[in-house]
Amino acid sequence: MEDNVILRIGAKILIPFILLFALYVQFHGDYGPGGGFQAGVIFAAAFILYALIFGVDTAKRVLPLRFVWFCGALGVWIFAGVGVVTLVLGGEFLNYNVLRHDPEHGQELGILLVELGVFTTVFGVMVAIFYMFAARRQVR
Amino acid sequence: MTVHLPVLQVVIPLLAAPLCALVRHGRIAWGIALATSWASFWIAVQLLRRVQAEGPISYALGGWAAPIGIEYRIDLVNAFVLIIVTAIGAVVIPYALKSVEQEIDAAKIPLFYAAFILCLTGLLGITVTGDVFNVFVFLEVSSLSAYALIGLGQDRRALTAAYQYLILGSIGATFIVIGIGMMYVMTGTLNMMDLSVLLAELGPNRTIAVAFGFLTVGISLKLALFPLHSWLPNAYTYAPSAVTAFIASTATKVAVYMLLRFFFTVFGWAFSFDVMQLDLVLLPLALIAIFSMSLVAIFQTNVKRMLAYSSVAQIGYIILGISMASVTGLTAGILHLFNHAMIKGALFMVLGCVMYRVGSVEIEAMRGLAKKMPWTMAAFVAGGFSLIGLPFTVGFISKWYLILGALERDGWQWWLVVGLVLTTSLMAVVYIWRVVEAAYFQDAPDEVGEPIREAPLAMLIPTWTLILANFYFGIDATFTSEVAGSAARALMGIAP
Repeated sequence: MEDNVILRIGAKILIPFILLFALYVQFHGDYGPGGGFQAGVIFAAAFILYALIFGVDTAKRVLPLRFVWFCGALGVWIFAGVGVVTLVLGGEFLNYNVLRHDPEHGQELGILLVELGVFTTVFGVMVAIFYMFAARRQVR
Repeated sequence: MTVHLPVLQVVIPLLAAPLCALVRHGRIAWGIALATSWASFWIAVQLLRRVQAEGPISYALGGWAAPIGIEYRIDLVNAFVLIIVTAIGAVVIPYALKSVEQEIDAAKIPLFYAAFILCLTGLLGITVTGDVFNVFVFLEVSSLSAYALIGLGQDRRALTAAYQYLILGSIGATFIVIGIGMMYVMTGTLNMMDLSVLLAELGPNRTIAVAFGFLTVGISLKLALFPLHSWLPNAYTYAPSAVTAFIASTATKVAVYMLLRFFFTVFGWAFSFDVMQLDLVLLPLALIAIFSMSLVAIFQTNVKRMLAYSSVAQIGYIILGISMASVTGLTAGILHLFNHAMIKGALFMVLGCVMYRVGSVEIEAMRGLAKKMPWTMAAFVAGGFSLIGLPFTVGFISKWYLILGALERDGWQWWLVVGLVLTTSLMAVVYIWRVVEAAYFQDAPDEVGEPIREAPLAMLIPTWTLILANFYFGIDATFTSEVAGSAARALMGIAP
């Protein structure tokens, strides 16, 4: 599809907005519908669109498989890591109250970090699954 | 830090799994898995001790108190199941090193351990949590990783076996979540303790009856109760040896624990057995499972598949104990959870040793094997004794309590149950004997290639550890029967 001008230009215009929208969904998750999972999927969709138009190999130069793999694991560590930090600070697992000087700020920071973990894992795993399926056809 | 042990039981393996996925060397991943499984076992032991000394432990995740937040609640029943799961994990991981290096691509070994530890995480999560939706989430964690583990088997049929398990397992999980959803609609809570109070207040209700039905079918699929067991034989036969040993002795046990938790704690045994008359469903199915699956096991030529069918029959014994709805029957069921995990874990590990050296677990291939692999085959015989239920083995203890439970009940039909338990024990003699005869009394086939030697010590030691545990807990059953007895009384709501 690389020689199809409309698709290429269309994708190039859309991708930045998709990425931006993902971040909006991510950070607006506190106030409205959205959150780490949805944002991660949308963020991954931008890269999947890129790979569909410009080829998987080009996409892998931007986002190597090893990197998305790492993201998948890192997100779990961010999530559970927040929990472990709250344990060390003397609260229960994932009790964000202890993260900052007062509970309100603690809750805000905690949920932000945890959602970041969800975002990272979902983004990584989505792209990794796409790469896996894409690689299957090359073998044949 | 000890107050946080309930959550660390789940968090430590959860953190270890992604770490395993990131390292490039199989041995490093194995080291992480080993440390994790031993740490989990240590935590489980500490938790059981605390529960025995101080009663149930409650842990509020995120500091949100029970009915609103997620509660981890550990009493004797799940403390005991935690011991089973983590003990099997702690024995199977050291064993897995050699077996997995031979059976699985080197590049996939770190992922194998990641999936293995995730499966452990899921099973432990189901067991510790006091929140019904959390049960579902962890059920998916353990099931999805189990499908991946089974699909890693050498035989290409492992993929279809994993796929079959995926489809049936997903149907089971869907039924469970539908049941949970219905309970949530009627009560507005997901906490088990809160549910049990609110459901009792609600009284007879059609939605709750339907939820009960969905949960029964869903959980029965997961624990492979007789007509819903079709995924199990293939999954156990084609999975890698270490996976079969682990899953056969933990996954169905945890599903049985879910059954106990839902029917005894959430719904209450009076509702389950008097109103819904669960025993009328479970008892015949258990009896058919015990008899028909023992019969099918006799005619198998693949020993792994034979033991898989035998597992369905053994689950029948557990369900038989539960369906008696008496303290003795329930004690027998919970005891057999532990004992069957020991028996089948050991036997499947023996088959892994055979697979490692011979490359096949067909009875044909095992002819004359006792001369070449004396320790391995001796372990099989010892494990076989335990499966049959000879005295001084754990199998005997389970059957003793089962028969006691049946004799407590009045009526001629319970004598039939006793007869059936004894008959099927004899059937176990038949299928174990077929292997023993081939290994000890038949001549070995002509060898091609390098001669078959004894399995490596790294595999024999874990195998024999479990075999010796079979005898230890068969001779001195005070620990297991006391814990199982108190757990049964707690489930029935009788003060210990």
